[in-house]
Amino acid sequence: MIDTEIKVTPQIAAEHGLSPDEYARTQKILGRDPNLTELGIFSVMWSEHCSYKSSRVHLKRLPTRGPHVVQGPGENAGVVDIGDGLVAVFKIESHNHPSFVEPFQGAATGVGGILRDIFTMGARPIAVLDSLRFGPISPGADAGNATTEEIARNRSILDGVVRGIAFYGNCFGVPTVGGEVMFEPCYSNNPLVNALALGIARKDELFFARAHGAGNPVIYVGAKTGRDGIHGASLLASAEFSKESQQKRPNVQVGDPFMEKLLLEACLEAMRTGGIVAIQDMGAAGLTSTSSEMASRGGAGIEIDLARVPQRETGMTPYEMMLSESQERMLLVAERGREREVFDVFHKWGLDAVEIGRVTEDGKLRVLNHGRVAAEIPAHALAEEGPRYERPIAAPKAAAAPGAPLIEFARERADLTENFRRLLASPAIASKYWVTEQYDSMVRTNTRVGPGQGDAAVVRLKESKRALALSTDGNGRWGFLSPRLGAMHAVAEAARNVACTGARPIAATNCLNFGNPEKPEVMWQFTEAIDGIAEACRALETPITGGNVSFYNETLGKPIYPTPVLGVLGLMEDADCALGSGFRNEGDLILLLDGANPESFRSADLQVGMFSSSEYAKAIHGIVAGTPPAIDLTAEKRLIDCLVKLAAERAILSAHDVSDGGLAVTLAESCFDSDGLSAEIDLGSHDEPAESALFGERGARAVVSIAPASLARATAIAAQYDIKVQQVGSVTRGEFRIQYKGTPVIRGTTDSFRQTWSESLGKAIEAAS
Amino acid sequence: MKFGVVQFPGSNCDDDAYYAIGSVIGQPVEFIWHQSEQVSGFDAIILPGGFAFGDYLRTGAIARFSPVMKAVSGFARSGGLVLGVCNGFQILLEAGLLPGAMLRNQRLRFLCRQVHVRVENTDTPFTCAARPGQILKMPIAHMEGNYFCDAATLAELERNKQIVFRYVHPDGRDAGPDDFDANPNGALHAIAGLCNRERNVVGLMPHPERAVESALGSADGLVILRSMVESLSRAENRIKSAPAAERIPA
Repeated sequence: MIDTEIKVTPQIAAEHGLSPDEYARTQKILGRDPNLTELGIFSVMWSEHCSYKSSRVHLKRLPTRGPHVVQGPGENAGVVDIGDGLVAVFKIESHNHPSFVEPFQGAATGVGGILRDIFTMGARPIAVLDSLRFGPISPGADAGNATTEEIARNRSILDGVVRGIAFYGNCFGVPTVGGEVMFEPCYSNNPLVNALALGIARKDELFFARAHGAGNPVIYVGAKTGRDGIHGASLLASAEFSKESQQKRPNVQVGDPFMEKLLLEACLEAMRTGGIVAIQDMGAAGLTSTSSEMASRGGAGIEIDLARVPQRETGMTPYEMMLSESQERMLLVAERGREREVFDVFHKWGLDAVEIGRVTEDGKLRVLNHGRVAAEIPAHALAEEGPRYERPIAAPKAAAAPGAPLIEFARERADLTENFRRLLASPAIASKYWVTEQYDSMVRTNTRVGPGQGDAAVVRLKESKRALALSTDGNGRWGFLSPRLGAMHAVAEAARNVACTGARPIAATNCLNFGNPEKPEVMWQFTEAIDGIAEACRALETPITGGNVSFYNETLGKPIYPTPVLGVLGLMEDADCALGSGFRNEGDLILLLDGANPESFRSADLQVGMFSSSEYAKAIHGIVAGTPPAIDLTAEKRLIDCLVKLAAERAILSAHDVSDGGLAVTLAESCFDSDGLSAEIDLGSHDEPAESALFGERGARAVVSIAPASLARATAIAAQYDIKVQQVGSVTRGEFRIQYKGTPVIRGTTDSFRQTWSESLGKAIEAAS
Repeated sequence: MKFGVVQFPGSNCDDDAYYAIGSVIGQPVEFIWHQSEQVSGFDAIILPGGFAFGDYLRTGAIARFSPVMKAVSGFARSGGLVLGVCNGFQILLEAGLLPGAMLRNQRLRFLCRQVHVRVENTDTPFTCAARPGQILKMPIAHMEGNYFCDAATLAELERNKQIVFRYVHPDGRDAGPDDFDANPNGALHAIAGLCNRERNVVGLMPHPERAVESALGSADGLVILRSMVESLSRAENRIKSAPAAERIPA
C-alpha cells in the first residue's frame, strides 16, 4: 500500500514521470505543493497517453470537418450523420503495450475499452475491427534476424491476442467483422493491437460527457473498484519497454465482457429514461480522467467522496482509488430528482449504481475520503492545461534503409509460379481465416460482407435501406521507407477498400503508432505522417473524427516502423448493392481499372525503387528498400467515385483493389473467395518487367468482374471518371493462368494455390504447439 | 400464436431471434425476462444464444437456476414448443430438458463459420416443413459445441430418433472420424441438434435465426421457424374445429 501522508518531493514527482517543469506547473496551478494523491492525479492526466502532450500541436493539422461530421475529435468517439435520423459513432484505439505484457487480457480490455467509448455516447455497438501487427511467426526471408525463441514468442503473443479479442467481443455480442493481421520483424517485442468499434444511434439521442447543473448527482455504475491496473494504460503506454517490462504484468487490467454486456444494456436503457445529463466511461486513468474531463468539458466542478465508491478490496487509499483502471465502470451525471429512475434500471441488470458526489459551480475536482479532502484541483487546468510540447524534429541523415540492395528483376519469360506460391504462403498475404473464424462475425445479423469476403466489412442497418462499410489499413514498411507516403497510402488504401464494396468513404479515424517522441527522428516520422494523412484525407474527403496516438512503441531502444493505421467509414445508399471481392460466374469478364496514367510509371529506376518496397521483395528476397509507390490522390479519388458509381448502377459483380502482393494476388484472391472459379489472364502490352506488372503495388487500381453484357455500360461509366479500363481476362473453371507478353508465367490449379494460401497461417501458428 | 424469446443477462442473440420471428416471418413475438415466473400466453419459447451469466462456471450452469427456467420446464411438460439455440441448447442440457452435455470444441477454439446439417427426423414440430434428409446451411458460433453423452443415452437417442440434426459435408456425405471440415467441434456422432422423447423440445448448436435472409449467407433456417409456425397453426385449427367440450383444459 502507498502511504498517502508522505510529503511530495521533486524526486517523488520524477518517479511519477513528471519533469521538473511539469512539477513546477502543478505547484503553480495549486498555489502550493501537491499532496501524493494530487501528484498521482496530475501524473496520469499529464501522461503522454492521456494528455497527448507531444502530439497535440501536430494533430491540429488534420482535417476534422466535413458535411457528414457531427462530432470531431475531443469526445469519446467521432460521430457522423448517415441519414434517416441516424448517426454512426466510431473510433479506433491502441492497446499495444498491455498486449505485449499480457496478450490475452491486454487485447481483451482493448476491445472492452473501445466498446465503452461507443456506448457511452448512446450508440449500440454493431461492429468491431482489429488491426493487428506481430513479429515474424515463421522462419523465412521475411523474418529478418528473428531468433527461434522470438518466433515462438510471437506465435504465442498472436494466439493470446486473438483469443483475448474473441473472448471479449464474442461474449459481449458484437460482431468482429474485419481488420488486418500483418507481420514485420520490428513488431517482435512490440505488437500493435488497434481496435476499432462502430455504433449506431439516433442523432437526437446522442449523449456527451459534459457535466452541468450544479447540485446534480454524480453516479458511479458498473464493476467495483480494485487495485488492478493502477498506472495501467496511462503509464504503460507512456514509456519504452525494457527487459523488466514483463514485471509490469500486474499493471494490466483484467476484463469481464459479461459485466460490460450488462453495462451496455443498462446504460442504453437508463439513457432512455431521460434522466441522464452526461456520461463517460472510465478508461485510462479511471475515476481521475472521468471526473475531471466531465467537469472541464461542462465548465463545472465535481465533488466526489471515495468512501461511497463500490470497492472490491479493503483499505484502498485515495491515491489507489483515483488511479485504479478497473474495467467496466462508468460515471454519469443524472438530473436531480430523477436518480431513482436511473438506479432502478441498473439494479434491474444487477449492477452497482451509487451516488458518490455532485456537480458544483466552483470548477474544481474535489475528492473527499469520508468527508475529508484528499485532493482538490481546478478541473479545467488538470484536463486541458497540461503540458504541450513542440518536441525537436530532425529528419534522419541517411535514407531509411541505407545501403540496402534494390531488387533485381527476374529474367524475361521466367516462370514465376513458385515465387507466386511462396508469396501466397507468406503470413502477410496468406488467408487470415484461422484468425477470423475465432471471432463471432455474424451476431446481430447485419453482416453483409464479413471477414475475407470483401475489401471492407459491410454491415447493413435494420433501421434503414443503407449500409456502412469499414476498413482498417496501414503499411508499416512503407511508413519506414517514407513516413509521409506511407501515411497517404494508408488513407488511400482504406478508402479504396471501402469503395470496392460500393460504399462512399465519408469519414476516418486514425491510430498513430510510433516510437519514442523524445527522439527527434521519431518526431520527424510523426509530423511527416500527420502531413501525409492530412493531405490524403482532404483529397479523399474523409475528415478525421477521432482516434488515438500511441508513442513509446520501442523495446530496448529500437522503435517500431512508424505505423499510422487508418479506419475509413463508408456509406452505401442501398445495402443490396454491396459487393464482395470474389468472382461470381464462369464466363464473366475481368477488368483492371486504373486511375493513374501507367505511362508515368515507366521509368526503369522508378520501377526498381518502387518494387523494392513491395511485399514480394520482402517475402521472396528479404529486401526492404527503395520507396513506396508514388501516389496520385486525384487518381485515387476518381477511382473511388467510379467504383461507387459502378456498384450503385449494378454494373459490376465483384471488386477487389490491387494492394499487398500486387495484381497476381488480387486475381487469385478473387478466385479463392468464389465458388470454385478460376481465371485466365493475359497481360503485358507495356514495357514493364513481368514481376513488376504482376506483383507491383502501386495504387489507384482495382480488379472488377462483370457480365459480358455489361461491358459497354461499365466502360462508359469508367470513361466519365477518366478511369482506364483494361480487359485482362475472364472467369473460368479451369486452371489459374497468367500469361505475360505471350508467355505463361503463372499456372496451376486454383485448388492447389488456394490450399497453400488458406493453410499456411494456421500451420505456422500451430507448428510449435 | 405468440413466440417468446427469453432474455438472460448475457443473452446476445435475443434481438436476432426476435427480429427473425417478428420481422422476417412476421409472427407475434415478445421478450420474456429471466426473472419471470410464468410464461402463460406463449405458444413457443426460444432460449437464444449468447453467454447467459457470462457462461461462468460452465455454459448454462447458472442460467438453469433462473426463475424463468422453472416456468419453461412446466411449459415443456405440458407440451409447449421450446427451441434452444446454441447457449439455449446448453441451458436445456443443464436444465435436464434434453440429455447429454457439451464439451469444449475438440480443437479448443471458438469457431464461427457456416456449417451444413442434415435433417435426420422430420417428425418433429421443428422440422415438419423440411424434406427428409434435407441439407441446411446455417452458421455456428461457439466454444462449447462438442456434444457428448454416455453409450446408453446415445443408443436411446438413436432408437427414439431423437437426433434431429447431424453435421455433414455440403453434399450430404457423413462426417468421418476427426473430420473437422464437416463436424467442426468434434461432436459425438456428429450430433448438431436433438429433441426430447416427446419431440416438443429441440436444442441445436447452429443458429437458425442467423440463417433467415440469403443476403446474409443463407435462408435455410427458415425451415425450422416455418415448421414451428405450421405445427402451431395446425394445433390452433384442431382446437378451433374441436367440439366445445374438448376445449376445456383437463
